[in-house]
Amino acid sequence: MHRDSERHKLFSRRALMLGAGQGALLSALVGRMYYLQVIESARYVTLADENRINLRLLAPPRGAIIDRRGRAMAGNEQNYRVVIIPEQAGDVEHTLNLLSLIVPLSPGERRRIRREVKRKRAFVPITVRENLEWAEVARIEVNSPDLPGILIDVGQSRNYTFGPETAHVLGYVAAVSEKELTGDPLLELPGFRIGKAGVERVYDLALRGAGGSSQVEVNALGRVIRELDRQEGQPGAEVRLTIDLQLQRYITERLGDLSASVVVVDVFTGEVMALVSTPSFDPNAFNTGLSQAEWESLVSNPKAPLTNKAIAGQYAPGSTFKMAVALAALEKGAVTPDTHIFCSGSTKLGNSEFHCWKRGGHGTLDLQGALEQSCDVYFYEVARRTGIERIGAMARRLGLGTSLGLDLPGEKGGLVPSNDWKLGAIGTPWQLGETMIAGIGQGYILATPLQLAIMTARIANGGRAVTPRLTVDQVREAGVTPFLKVEADSLGIIPEHLAQVRRGMERVVNSPSGTAYRARISETEHRMAGKSGTVQVRRISKAERETGVVKNKDLPWKERDHALFVAFAPLDNPRFSVSVVVEHGGGGSSVAAPIARDTLAEVQRLAPLLSTKTDQEA
Amino acid sequence: MFPSDGFLSQPKMSLGQKLLHLHWLFVILLTLTASIGFAMLYSAAGGDFDPWASRQMVRFGVGLVGMIVVALTDIRLWLRYAYAFYFLVLALLVAVEISGFVGMGAQRWISLGFFNVQPSELMKVAMVLALARYFHGGSIEDVGRPLFLLPPAFMVGVPAVLILRQPDLGTTLMLGLASIAMFFAAGVRMWKFVVLGGLGLVSAPVAWFALLRDYQKQRILTFINPESDTLGSGYHIIQSKIALGSGGTFGKGFMQGTQSHLNFLPEKQTDFIFTMLAEEFGLVGGLTLIALYTLLLVYGLVISMSSRNHFGRLVGIGVTMTFFLYIFINVAMVMGLIPVVGVPLPLVSYGGTAMLTLLFGFGLLLCVHIHRDLTIGRRDSGDEM
Repeated sequence: MHRDSERHKLFSRRALMLGAGQGALLSALVGRMYYLQVIESARYVTLADENRINLRLLAPPRGAIIDRRGRAMAGNEQNYRVVIIPEQAGDVEHTLNLLSLIVPLSPGERRRIRREVKRKRAFVPITVRENLEWAEVARIEVNSPDLPGILIDVGQSRNYTFGPETAHVLGYVAAVSEKELTGDPLLELPGFRIGKAGVERVYDLALRGAGGSSQVEVNALGRVIRELDRQEGQPGAEVRLTIDLQLQRYITERLGDLSASVVVVDVFTGEVMALVSTPSFDPNAFNTGLSQAEWESLVSNPKAPLTNKAIAGQYAPGSTFKMAVALAALEKGAVTPDTHIFCSGSTKLGNSEFHCWKRGGHGTLDLQGALEQSCDVYFYEVARRTGIERIGAMARRLGLGTSLGLDLPGEKGGLVPSNDWKLGAIGTPWQLGETMIAGIGQGYILATPLQLAIMTARIANGGRAVTPRLTVDQVREAGVTPFLKVEADSLGIIPEHLAQVRRGMERVVNSPSGTAYRARISETEHRMAGKSGTVQVRRISKAERETGVVKNKDLPWKERDHALFVAFAPLDNPRFSVSVVVEHGGGGSSVAAPIARDTLAEVQRLAPLLSTKTDQEA
Repeated sequence: MFPSDGFLSQPKMSLGQKLLHLHWLFVILLTLTASIGFAMLYSAAGGDFDPWASRQMVRFGVGLVGMIVVALTDIRLWLRYAYAFYFLVLALLVAVEISGFVGMGAQRWISLGFFNVQPSELMKVAMVLALARYFHGGSIEDVGRPLFLLPPAFMVGVPAVLILRQPDLGTTLMLGLASIAMFFAAGVRMWKFVVLGGLGLVSAPVAWFALLRDYQKQRILTFINPESDTLGSGYHIIQSKIALGSGGTFGKGFMQGTQSHLNFLPEKQTDFIFTMLAEEFGLVGGLTLIALYTLLLVYGLVISMSSRNHFGRLVGIGVTMTFFLYIFINVAMVMGLIPVVGVPLPLVSYGGTAMLTLLFGFGLLLCVHIHRDLTIGRRDSGDEM
């Protein structure tokens, strides 16, 4: 027992030492806890918040585009996508095999999905297929118990109700390219689309709206646990166009497969009621992406479906320019309405001979008669007397030569030549012969169909400087406000001169000897006035002129004349003007005039409905 | 052969007497500590008894009954079969090693049909019993002789190497440290520990290259500079410190621990449960648990010191030390004081193996307490019961 009590004492001493050691170590733990949880706590609280809060952007719905009567032109439609969540699917390949019985998947799609499955975290949904048919959605939903990890997801995609018929006005949206990144984080959202052409592009900021944000709590793997805060974005503004959808569609159908353009404007407000360029393209296809072959067929088509010819096509105006020449001459006093000039079929300047379109000549004509019959010899002489500078100045006052500032991208300015211009651009001084050529709207001078429609509107409305516009209200980035100014400024053209020209245009259509008599509107209150133009796109050689000019229909398409016609209606109280250009269409009076007539007849038929004011109240 | 001077020192006590002398306060403290664990497991599951809390409660209940059964057995039984038990567990360890070679890679488990045992865990208890018996049989003079210390050194060294090869650094560490504490309590001279420490320092580079696996080296390197690899190995330590630190003094509230619930915290229901407690209940919660542990440790020491037989004292200190090592290694690890080694928080972490080891050990401790007045001779190996 003695031995054991000695052992016991030693043990107790050592046990107490171990106990003391334990106490010291536990105290160290307590000290560390105090350090972490009290002294350093604030730092760790911050770190903890950063750990768990993640800011996500919410894309705002893109604003709708409607026509002047409130009908949808561009909107958003539900886009059903099928996605797979690898984590829930388990065996991804097996699930995809089952899914492909409903939605056939190409080997390429399978490769892309496999690649994404490998790259992304297992709980991130991966898009299998977009733009599902409703039947496919239904079949997937019904079979969902057998398709683990397969979900139907609803997104929004842009939809153009009438596709090609409005494509040149509306443009299209597409994915954001590298160059377009402005630092706005919205643009970096996957699947975000911005306007690339047309109204979509011009009013992109207003249509886009403002992005919202959602603060979500995430775990260490990035999986969303719950939403902490949500700030809804500002949906894109609705943009109301001056286009009348019914008119737009009517004209598109009327043009058929011609390579042509038609512009209809309100002569007092400049509202563009139709802007048609054919052939067109399907903007919906741009949304989902075009194949290389589809893109190449669009680009290589000689009728240039991607070009909006109404604003970007520049044509010699031909005889439709004679009104401008007449107004310039009257203003200068170079001619009066009574000035008579004899047309023998051609006139000479030095060694050059200038031909009238009518081989035998028109005999003696006054100004109105020369307009009515579109006598070239008469206008060679008038131009010679007036001079290129006065003609050019009048043309510019009527809206030619510079772009009119229509709210569409790609509007061209045309060309009104002058001595200075020629010296600068070509390097040689202006020749008198060139003035005479300009007198019949040929040579250097170029105009867009929009400019011709505005020129006609300014003649029809008594000389007011209307400018074209596409929206009913002013669209700014912040939203939509009404236009304040209604009446355009006067151009300072003497009304009597305008009346003379209008009278000439009236006779073109309504006089039996007018060039477009066959294209008249017989209803008295809807009658129109107009002017045809036929523009050569090739030189007619002396030899050919002697043997007889080859008929248009015998020429290859590319060498045929452009057919033009400008017109306004109603005759007594003008309200609408129209310009028609048919590329390589043949004669202005035979091809373009009937289109102008049908267009003006239709717009007047629709007229009682066209007021945007009453629609807004209704 | 020894005189007895009271009924408590009599070879046999009735079951009723033993139950009366059971350290009930200790049992209550154990249950309180385990209850903190249940609450944390309930929270870890997002407010659900499933899948952890309910199973842990069943385990604890079964273990508690087993513990009391162990406590009521005659302590001389453990003395007698200490070596047999040790060699049985050692055989199991070897079996694990071999089956590991055969093809399972790192294997720590052996299936006994109805349940799996982890021999390395059982070894913690077997080692305490075997060393206690060995030193029980040696006089003070014996303990002074270096040759006398050779057999127990092998008794520790062989299983330690086997377990390190599994590889299980945490268990090896605990086994080694608990054994050293028992050598110390048995009266081995101080200078010998100093020499051992010196040898350890010298051989550390050898161990680094010969014994440690790559992932174990990685853990140590990561510990030295956790910020170097925030998404790799250092991630656990950094996230644990963020969770702890953001808990502050009073915590974020029960089930409100954002870091734990958002899975920033790894293994929140097992090794990192202390972090979760400290995040949700703050410094106050952490201190409460540590206070409970301290009480249990104090009782363990008191029980050890008040035993009148040397075997009981050594078993007591061995169990207490093992318990302490669980606590210290785990808490120091989650607070970034030592490298990440897989050691659970005793009685609180989810898991059956450590719970079994601990309740087995506490059963022995309570057994020591019941038989505190029993004297057992140095040469008495428990054969005369």
